[in-house]
Amino acid sequence: MSAAPAEALPHAAATTPSAPQRAPDRPRGRLGDRLFEGVTTALAIVVLLVPSAMLIELVGASRKAIGAFGASFLTSSTWDPVHGSFGALPFLWGTVVSSLLALALAVPVSIGVAIFLAELAPHRARGPLSFLVELLAAIPSVVYGFWGVFVLVPLLREHVEPWLAAHLGFLPLFQGPPLGFGMLAAGVVLAIMIVPTVSSIVREVLRAVPAAQREAAAGLGATPWDTIRFAVLPSARSGIVGAILLGLGRALGETMAVTMVIGNRPKVSVSLLDPATSMASVLANEFAEADSDLYLSALSEIALLLFGVALILNLLARWLVGATKGRVGSPA
Amino acid sequence: MTTAPPVARGPLSSEPPPLPDPEPVARIQVRKLHAWFGGFHAVRDVSLDIPTRKVTAVIGPSGCGKSTFLRCLNRLHELTPGARAEGSVLLDGVDVYGRRVDPVVLRRRVGMVFQKPNPFPTMSIRDNVLAGHLLSGTRVPDPEAMVERSLRQVALWDEVKDKLDQSGMSLSGGQQQRLCIARVLAVEPEVILLDEPCSALDPIATARIEELLGELESRYTIVLVTHNMQQAARTSDYTAFFYLGDLVELDRTTTIFTNPKERRTEDYVTGRFG
Repeated sequence: MSAAPAEALPHAAATTPSAPQRAPDRPRGRLGDRLFEGVTTALAIVVLLVPSAMLIELVGASRKAIGAFGASFLTSSTWDPVHGSFGALPFLWGTVVSSLLALALAVPVSIGVAIFLAELAPHRARGPLSFLVELLAAIPSVVYGFWGVFVLVPLLREHVEPWLAAHLGFLPLFQGPPLGFGMLAAGVVLAIMIVPTVSSIVREVLRAVPAAQREAAAGLGATPWDTIRFAVLPSARSGIVGAILLGLGRALGETMAVTMVIGNRPKVSVSLLDPATSMASVLANEFAEADSDLYLSALSEIALLLFGVALILNLLARWLVGATKGRVGSPA
Repeated sequence: MTTAPPVARGPLSSEPPPLPDPEPVARIQVRKLHAWFGGFHAVRDVSLDIPTRKVTAVIGPSGCGKSTFLRCLNRLHELTPGARAEGSVLLDGVDVYGRRVDPVVLRRRVGMVFQKPNPFPTMSIRDNVLAGHLLSGTRVPDPEAMVERSLRQVALWDEVKDKLDQSGMSLSGGQQQRLCIARVLAVEPEVILLDEPCSALDPIATARIEELLGELESRYTIVLVTHNMQQAARTSDYTAFFYLGDLVELDRTTTIFTNPKERRTEDYVTGRFG
């Protein structure tokens, strides 16, 4: 096919012989490219290998517990290292409930903060304010834990929990003595910890909504709030869900601050005032003192459960955030 | 250049150019309007009258301030970060920059159609038409009738009547733009501002929009910003020529295109620059 046009156009035929002659100086450039490609590919594979190796290691380490307890590991709430009987339910319960409680407290605040930073704050204040909110994410979690122990727990014990018990005590959620340490303290600390994550992602998602949407609404006589409600939030909905799930992922895995305020009692209780425990806390507290193979294996299986839950949530979040960008990015 | 400027400019001569024809009543009177983007002075001391129930085209090269001028008329300009405006825009004698004027209410009276069709992507075609009412929470006595009437006005009804529940994004660019015009008409404004409404459309869709402007003229005061001089010549009664933020000349469209008073206008409409 290529020979025919070369004959038809004499000047084109004259240039073709020089192409093979220029080939010798190309491999050097190609070698650099290949080297670069090889190095980056190897690095990418390492990144893939590390979690895979962790997963394999965890499965291997949990084999004994999986063999001994099977599915009852997920439903039993016995945690008796002395008699070698282990069930993960209190830890699953504690992790899930404290994380959901954190979301319930943090999501409205985060969305409010994000709307303010993205839409309403004076333009000059947006940068510094966003930086301050993101600074909250840089505080080490042990510092949150200390704050929880010395400020939050006494506050809950002396003021909040007695009030809740007196006024909402008819609900099973708020029964029991006001100890301070417990599910409520863990939820509040976690909520404060995930606000920066959720609000900064929501802010980005809101900024990604095209200005044309805002102008369309404003041009129709929408108030600033109506513009946000009808033109900005609907387009950003799935991105906001993604941000919430990423916040949930962070809450599920948080160890130190939760361990310091949750009370570390392996019992399933509906009351938020009761001490509880979580998957990450039991790992941090008991790994060093696990004296039997089965004990160690049971802890490994808890780590495996935590790994699985976090992985699934992150994948879901990524998919949701991507779906929003794709839809908003192609309005025409 | 040394002859007396026929168009009012500068602090000493901010009186508007008199309308060449006494018959139309001015709906919008712009006086000493300035607009800035940060430090950039985009509109400089513009004074002019926009006649009621006519199409007034605003032409000029890119960056001449014509879109900014348009966005000052419904106070949309001030929503851009760092943007501000000075001067007055009288709508039926009331300054829209006055303290008592709520820009939200103003924008319901002065509707706007944008350069790029921008239906709300998460709303159905029906809800897009009703968007102005949904946004403000106004009760519409007969929404179905309003949807049909608005869509018929823009000649879109027959094309979409069987898919009113589909997303507005499923329509072609020209249909989307007509949907955006229907959305503005449903709010029943008095003035319609169009900011290069056909620049993203093909010639057939453009022709339909131009035809539509002719039909709407009898009921609305229309201001059309356009890049396209033929479009201004075809659709408008009056044409304003802007250059570098200044209003150079405003006159009957036929005069602007055949016998302009200003040399710069003549150079521009004959294609010698711009």
